[in-house]
Amino acid sequence: MLEVRGLEAAYGASQVLFGLDLTIGAGEVISLLGRNGMGKTTTVRSILGLLRPRGGAITFAGSAIAGLPAYRVAQAGIGLVPEGRQIFPNLSVHENLVATARPPRAGTSGEAWTLERLYALFPRLAERQANMGNQLSGGEQQMLAIGRALMTNPRLLILDEATEGLAPLIRAEIWRVLAALKQTGQSILVIDKNVEALSRIADRHYILEKGRIAWSGDSAALRGDAALRGRYLGV
Amino acid sequence: MPLLLFLEQTLNGLQFGVTLFLMAAGLTLVLGIMNMVNLAHGAFYMLGAYFAATLVPITGSFFMSVVLALAGAAAVGLLTEMVALRTLYSRDHLDQVLATFGLILFFRELVKIVWGPIAIFMDVPDLFSGRVEIVPGAPYPVYRLLVLAVGVTVGGFLWWLITRTRLGMLIRAGASNREMVGALGVDIKRLYTLVFALGCALAALAGVMAGPLYVVDIGMGDDILIKTFVVIVIGGIGSVRGAFVAAIIVGMVDTFGRILPSQFGLSATIAELAIYILMAAVLFWKPRGLFPAAG
Repeated sequence: MLEVRGLEAAYGASQVLFGLDLTIGAGEVISLLGRNGMGKTTTVRSILGLLRPRGGAITFAGSAIAGLPAYRVAQAGIGLVPEGRQIFPNLSVHENLVATARPPRAGTSGEAWTLERLYALFPRLAERQANMGNQLSGGEQQMLAIGRALMTNPRLLILDEATEGLAPLIRAEIWRVLAALKQTGQSILVIDKNVEALSRIADRHYILEKGRIAWSGDSAALRGDAALRGRYLGV
Repeated sequence: MPLLLFLEQTLNGLQFGVTLFLMAAGLTLVLGIMNMVNLAHGAFYMLGAYFAATLVPITGSFFMSVVLALAGAAAVGLLTEMVALRTLYSRDHLDQVLATFGLILFFRELVKIVWGPIAIFMDVPDLFSGRVEIVPGAPYPVYRLLVLAVGVTVGGFLWWLITRTRLGMLIRAGASNREMVGALGVDIKRLYTLVFALGCALAALAGVMAGPLYVVDIGMGDDILIKTFVVIVIGGIGSVRGAFVAAIIVGMVDTFGRILPSQFGLSATIAELAIYILMAAVLFWKPRGLFPAAG
């Protein structure tokens, strides 16, 4: 589904990514781990076209997307739940969900996301649909950011630090939702620090160290190697 | 002040207010959403009036001429946005001011070449040329009432467009977080072009409506542009609701500022100052205007 080969990216003169390789298959849940400043968000921004990659190739669903403007990448079927949530504060919950909503691309299987289906997934959002974005709690904003991305009916959902700064109960709710999405066959790329939860939900993991993939493997390998987690994740 | 004069001037103030609103709606959206200072907005007011003044004798229909003039101004706006303004969005305000001031000169010269330097006149359409006694004893021109009605109708239409449609949601979303709108799959450049063209059409409508009341000449856009900037600053940049309220206030203050001093034997120069004093006062109490747009 997504194939990243030799991705290089930089902010001005300071290079952040040095030839990163990563693949995500259809229906897979992949995690991207690493300490702060290792290039996780830069990787997401490069894939989305929010940052123009300096080198390398990105292929999504068979077509090259590196260097395309963000709206074309999103239209190709990548849904972003950005770091910091970034919901629209001056739009209501309902408007946040429908403003950028898109039907699924022709030829894609699976049940399409509608408001009804989304509100069933997040009953809390249904209760608050008339509230403005800036009236929501952090957890509700996070649910809204996920819902907003799902309403574009993405083939690949990317979540950047979706549980950061949330109360434990809300985090558990987010993980529950991600597990439910996985059940429906949704491909997901998750960036998070919670190795425990990730090793339960994700099929494979990549550890990013100074702009390169330092390790990749499945959940059993990640769970079994304490030295690995200590070296790259500081846990 | 006699009551009849007061009522008549109130209607005049409202009518000038809605004209200002038509100008301000486009300008505040362009500045609020695209963060673009567009001094050339007055050029579309002027173009609207010139287009309509030329088309009325040809088509013989005021209504048809208005529609064509609006479409023409929107088309010129579209072209201007794609050719000149698009490259300016990411530049700083000084570059934008310089470039759009250049556009003012360009359009003035263009109009001079096409229509000549002499002012042209536009008649009030026959259908609306009479007067009507809405207040007994004070006949009021039907055409001015028409302007008022059109302004209020357009205000209602914009309110609907911005609060009730997908396009309006995207306009508001774009004002608060442009990058995120793009990352969710919306071509923000196309959205901007659309909003800009809409703003140009509204400015042209203001110009067309003003044509028969004042005079159609090359400087007509400059004078109203300054007052329009006062309106959007008072109303809160980016807020259409603020633009509406502020336009009515400025229209009233400007109109009464012209007649009140003479009623009390004061100099009329205070009229020129009234709206600026108002703006300074509003900025003192509410630095972001009456209705600051979120984001």
